[in-house]
Amino acid sequence: MVELRNITKDMMTVVEGSYAVAHATKVCKPNVISAYPITPQTHIVEELSQFIADGEIENCDYINVESEFSALSTLVGSSATGARTYSSTTSQGLALMHEVLFNASGMRLPIVVTVVNRALSAPINIWNDQQDSVSERDSGWIQLYAEDVQEAADMVAQAYKVGEDPDVMLPVMVCMDGFLLSHVYEPVVLLEEDLIDDYLLPFDPKYKLDPKDPKTFGAFAPPASYTEFRYAQEQAMSAALDKIEKAADDFYDVFGRYYGGLIDEYKTDDADIIIMAKGSIIGTIRDVIDNLRENGVKVGLLKVRALRPFPKDAIKEVVKDSSVVITLDKNISPGVNEGALCTETKACMYNSDINVPVIGYMIGLGGRDIPEDTIENIVDEAKEVINSGISTESQFTDLREDLI
Amino acid sequence: MKESLFCSGHSGCPGCCDAMISKFVLRGIGENCIVSTPTGCLEVMTTPYPDSSWNVPWIHSLFENAGAVASGIESAWKAMNKDDDTKFVVIAGDGGTVDIGMRSISGAFERGHDITYICMDNEAYMNTGVQRSGATPYDASTTTSPAGKESFGNELPKKNMPEIMAAHGSPYVATASLAYPKDLMKKAKKAADIEGPTYIHAHAPCTTGWGFDTSKTVEVGKLAVQTALWPMYEMENGEITQVRKVKNPKPVEEYLKLQRRFKHLFTKEGGDEEIKKIQETANFNIKHFGLQ
Repeated sequence: MVELRNITKDMMTVVEGSYAVAHATKVCKPNVISAYPITPQTHIVEELSQFIADGEIENCDYINVESEFSALSTLVGSSATGARTYSSTTSQGLALMHEVLFNASGMRLPIVVTVVNRALSAPINIWNDQQDSVSERDSGWIQLYAEDVQEAADMVAQAYKVGEDPDVMLPVMVCMDGFLLSHVYEPVVLLEEDLIDDYLLPFDPKYKLDPKDPKTFGAFAPPASYTEFRYAQEQAMSAALDKIEKAADDFYDVFGRYYGGLIDEYKTDDADIIIMAKGSIIGTIRDVIDNLRENGVKVGLLKVRALRPFPKDAIKEVVKDSSVVITLDKNISPGVNEGALCTETKACMYNSDINVPVIGYMIGLGGRDIPEDTIENIVDEAKEVINSGISTESQFTDLREDLI
Repeated sequence: MKESLFCSGHSGCPGCCDAMISKFVLRGIGENCIVSTPTGCLEVMTTPYPDSSWNVPWIHSLFENAGAVASGIESAWKAMNKDDDTKFVVIAGDGGTVDIGMRSISGAFERGHDITYICMDNEAYMNTGVQRSGATPYDASTTTSPAGKESFGNELPKKNMPEIMAAHGSPYVATASLAYPKDLMKKAKKAADIEGPTYIHAHAPCTTGWGFDTSKTVEVGKLAVQTALWPMYEMENGEITQVRKVKNPKPVEEYLKLQRRFKHLFTKEGGDEEIKKIQETANFNIKHFGLQ
C-alpha cells in the first residue's frame, strides 16, 4: 500500500512532472548528463540545463549530444570512468539507443535513464503508450514504472540505489507515461536535498577507467566465456529483486514515502478479480475499484513497479487465491496478440499450482484516452470468465469499427 | 614508465598495421591516457577475454560510437576534477571512423572535447573480410567492390576525412604513416598535448587485406608516401603548416604492383589507363600539398 508519512501541504509545491524529475536528478548529484531533445521528454533536459546554467549542480558536465545514440554512448564512457550518469529519452530515441542499451548492461554500468513513455512510429505518434520501453525488456536494464509524478521523481533516487548496488551493477530505466505524467502539474514534495546523503552513497565502482590502475573494458568474449557473462547478468537481475524492495523500504525510512516495492497492492485481500497494470493508468484503476467496491464487486489492483526483473513470486502470491486476472497493457507484440504483462503473467503461473485464468487487453495505444467505463466493462467481462470461462484470451480495447 | 603499453601476444596477423600504429601512438603519448577503440580488428585481436594487450585503461563499446564514448570519458574526468594531464585517445579503424562512426566523431569534434582521435586507415573493412569502405581508394579490388570483367574495382575516390575534421574547427589535424614511426610518435604526442579535439589519419597497410608479403608492411607504407599517394602533412586551425617533402616521387606503379588488390591493373586490358588516373591523383597531391 502507498504510504505517505507526515506529508503536509506546506511541504508540497505544484510543479510540472518533468521539473520534479529533473529536480530529483539534480539532488542525486550526477557527474555527467547527456541530452538530446525529443517530445515528450524534452522538458526534463531543459530543466536540467537551467540547473547547470544557474550553477546548481556541482561537479557535473552537461553534454548536448548529436543523437540519442550518442546520448547513451557518452554515458557508457562516463559511467566506466566512475561517474554517476543520467539521461532521459522516449520512443524513437530509445529505439535508436537499442544497441547501446545491451552494451551498457553487458558492461554492468549503472546508468539511469528516465524513459518518458511514448508510442513508436509508424504511424508517427507523439502520445503515450509503453511500447518503447516494453520493447527493450530483453536489453538487460532494470525497468521501473511510476504511477504518478511524485513516484517518477522519487524513483530516480531509488534507481541509483538499486543500480549502483555492488551486487547489482545494472543500468535502470525509470519509466513515466509521456504527457500524462511528464506534462501535468501536480503538488509534489520535491526530493529533499538535505536527506539524500542518508539514502544514497556516492558512486564508487570497484572497476573504472584510470591510468593508475589500467583495466580493459568491453573485451571480446569468445564462446568459451560469453555464456558466463550472460549468466552473471541474470544473477544480477535476480539479486535486484530484493534490492528493489529494500530501496523502497529505505526510501520510506528516510523520506516517508512508499509506493510499493516490486509491486503494490490495493484491495486485493479478498479480491476475486485482480487488475494488473503499470504506469499512470493505475490512478484510474484505483478509482474504478473504489466505485465497483461500493457495488460489492470484489476487485483489487496489482500494480507492477518492476517489469525487469519480473517479480514472478510476488505476482503469484497476490493472484493465487483470485478467480480471474485482468492484464492491461499499453503495448502489443504483433503476432502474439498480447501485451507483455499478459504473456509474462501467464508464463509465470504455468508449471505452478496456480490455475487462475488470465485475460489481456491492449489499451491506451498511441495516447487513446482510457475512460473509467472502459475498465468497468473489462471487469464485467472478467465476471463472465468466472462464470463461464475464457472466450477471448487477449484483445484490443475500444476499437473504432468505423476505421477498420 | 612501463616496459610496454601495448603488449605482445595478441592475435594480429604477422606484419599487422593496427599493432604497429597502436604501439607507436602509445609510445608517443605515454601511459597517462585512457584509450577508446571501436569494434574492429584491433579490439578483437587485443582483448580475447581474459587476456588484454593494453597496459593503459582501454574501453571498447560499439562500432559507431567511439567519438561519443571518448567524449563521455573526458567529460566525466573533468567533472570529477581529476588531474588534467590525462589524455583521452581514440584508436579506430577507417570503417568505424569515416563511415559508421561519422555522426559520433562529428559530434565529439563540434563539441570541442579534449580528445585525440587516431584513425588507422587500412582502406577497407578488414575485420569482416576486406569489404569496401568510404576510405577505399580508386580501383582497389575488395570483396564488395571486386575487379571483374567489367570493373576495375572500387569506382569512387577516398573520402577526404582530414579535410572534414579540419572543417570542424579542429586545432590540429595530421596525416601520418606506420612507415615513419618517429613522425607518428611525434604527431601523436603533439596532438594529445594540444587542447581540443585533434585528429591523425594514419596510413595502415594491411598485409591480409591488400595482399602483400607480411615482411613488407613498412615498405608498402613508405612507397605510398614516396609516390605521393599518401601526402604527409599537418594542419593547424585549418591551415597546412608542415609537409613532408618528396623530392623525387616514384611512379605509382611501384606502390601498386606490390599489392594483390591492384593486380588487375597490370593484367587486365585498359589497366594502363587506370594507372594513369591514379598517377594523376599523385600528381595532384604533389601540386596541392607542395610536396616537392
